[in-house]
Amino acid sequence: MKGAPMAAISREEVAHLARLSRLAVTEEELDTFAGQLDVILQAVAQVGEVAAADIPPTSHSVPLTNVFREDVVTPCLTPQEALSGAPDAEEQRFRVPRILDEDVAS
Amino acid sequence: MTTTLPAYDEVVARFEPVIGLETHVELGTNTKMWCGCPTDFGGEPNTRVCPVCLGLPGSLPVANKAAIEATIRIGLALNCSIAEWCRFARKNYFYPDMPKNFQISQYDEPLCFDGYLDVEVNGELVRIGIERVHLEEDTGKTLHVGGATGRIHGATESLVDYNRAGIPLVEIVTKPIPGTGALAPEVARAYVTELRDVIRSLGVSDVRMEEGSLRCDVNTSLNRPGEEWGTRTETKNVNSLRSVERAVRSEMLRQASVLEAGGRITQETRHFHEDTGDTTPGRSKETATDYRYFPEPDLVPIAPDPAWVAELKAALPELPRLHRRRLQEAWGLSDADMQSVLNAGAVELIEQTVAAGASPAAARKWWLGELSRRANETGVELADIGATPAQVAELQSLVDAGKLNDKLARTVLEGVVAGEGSPTEIMTARGLEVVSDTGALTAAVDEAIAANPDIADKIRSGKVAAAGALVGAVMKTTRGQADAKTVRELILSRLGV
Repeated sequence: MKGAPMAAISREEVAHLARLSRLAVTEEELDTFAGQLDVILQAVAQVGEVAAADIPPTSHSVPLTNVFREDVVTPCLTPQEALSGAPDAEEQRFRVPRILDEDVAS
Repeated sequence: MTTTLPAYDEVVARFEPVIGLETHVELGTNTKMWCGCPTDFGGEPNTRVCPVCLGLPGSLPVANKAAIEATIRIGLALNCSIAEWCRFARKNYFYPDMPKNFQISQYDEPLCFDGYLDVEVNGELVRIGIERVHLEEDTGKTLHVGGATGRIHGATESLVDYNRAGIPLVEIVTKPIPGTGALAPEVARAYVTELRDVIRSLGVSDVRMEEGSLRCDVNTSLNRPGEEWGTRTETKNVNSLRSVERAVRSEMLRQASVLEAGGRITQETRHFHEDTGDTTPGRSKETATDYRYFPEPDLVPIAPDPAWVAELKAALPELPRLHRRRLQEAWGLSDADMQSVLNAGAVELIEQTVAAGASPAAARKWWLGELSRRANETGVELADIGATPAQVAELQSLVDAGKLNDKLARTVLEGVVAGEGSPTEIMTARGLEVVSDTGALTAAVDEAIAANPDIADKIRSGKVAAAGALVGAVMKTTRGQADAKTVRELILSRLGV
């Protein structure tokens, strides 16, 4: 999150995040979640106060680099296995509802 | 749309274009980016998938070393700096072309950055700045059904095939390219062409636009001279080199007509249509897309060993542009002749034919003559015509050895293209060899003289030109399989001339 570490999260920001996460959040819930997320952000902000400029942010807890695999083919699943967990399938493909609302609307 | 577009000359007189290109290249590794599934083109749906590329819970990606190496080599060939340390990032979005709800990509730490590629436009070098080269994974293929078939609008369901999901994909982004003026469309095309050739020379991808292993998005904006750069649009679905040029040009014309009418350009994604050559609006970017990138926790950072990078750099092949220049000199071709070789897609074929022993002139004659003609007639690429450089070189060696004359060589070549075997096999099987047995040839000559006594008399009396008729007769009895020059000499000597 950008901005000052202590900035409270707004209802609008919660609504934006809910939309990005495809969550249907009611007006009342926006207030509830804004309050709850604020507590979490403040806790994180406290860590930020301790971390000085010379301490790089940690993205990986294990100090490893360059973990590679060789370019060698390994067995695949059969299409039946691949589709066995799918809610719906057609023509050996995963069948999903159209997810294009944002594309069409905006 | 009924608005008439302004003339191109007027547009470039009043506006300055700035272009930019984003190119995606599918790498030709054996396996996908994070798992061991094969990457071959095509195949039955969902036959090249596993828990990793299906994003099943508990599966973990491991980076393909060959893909990392290929990306670094592309970066080096484009004069980029290679990151000492960088990470992959998750790009989060809701679209079923990735089963995970995110794509593993790179965000603010690309593997390669800040390079350039020199391209030739009308004999002049234009330096195209390269912003970044990063590695990500390709998406699956979606098929929209219900409503209008295959069209996004009106579709109610999507069918997804994840065979392509997870194939290593390299994204190459140029810096904005200002100052090209009227040449902007040609510069765009020349850049993509050169980039394709560079990547092909590295052997890391087959870079075929028609199969989608090279895909291009074109950014275009216009501004009046002295003003700031204009708002840009991003044109997608540009699937051939010719389309790259057409897309820039068409977008320049469209934007100019909007600006001339006092309108403003919307920052948006537009789709290029191959049939009409124009673009239509797609997703508007008024609301900036929020992909919530964050460092990929399932993959550790990459820190390429500088010694390894130096090794890769030292082993880079010669740049295609310099390679072409060197071949042109070696083959003794004018710029125009070299251009026709390039246009025919015959550079490598001729090069390999010469390597197999033919002279440059002979190699060029076969590939640009008989074989190009057949390729045009049948509508296939010259490289897929069915004759190999080794076969063409063999054919020429038979000609050089006097075993085939030009006409017979053409017949043999037809057999080669038809898949009948090697030139020598076809020559033997079809009995097409030049008759070099002097005994048989002398008999044929004597027969022709006996059958045409008056012509023979003319020749004896000094009218040597009349020998042509006898040569024709001999060629007929030998079914064209004699060397005309030898026959002529033989006729004259038999008649004592």
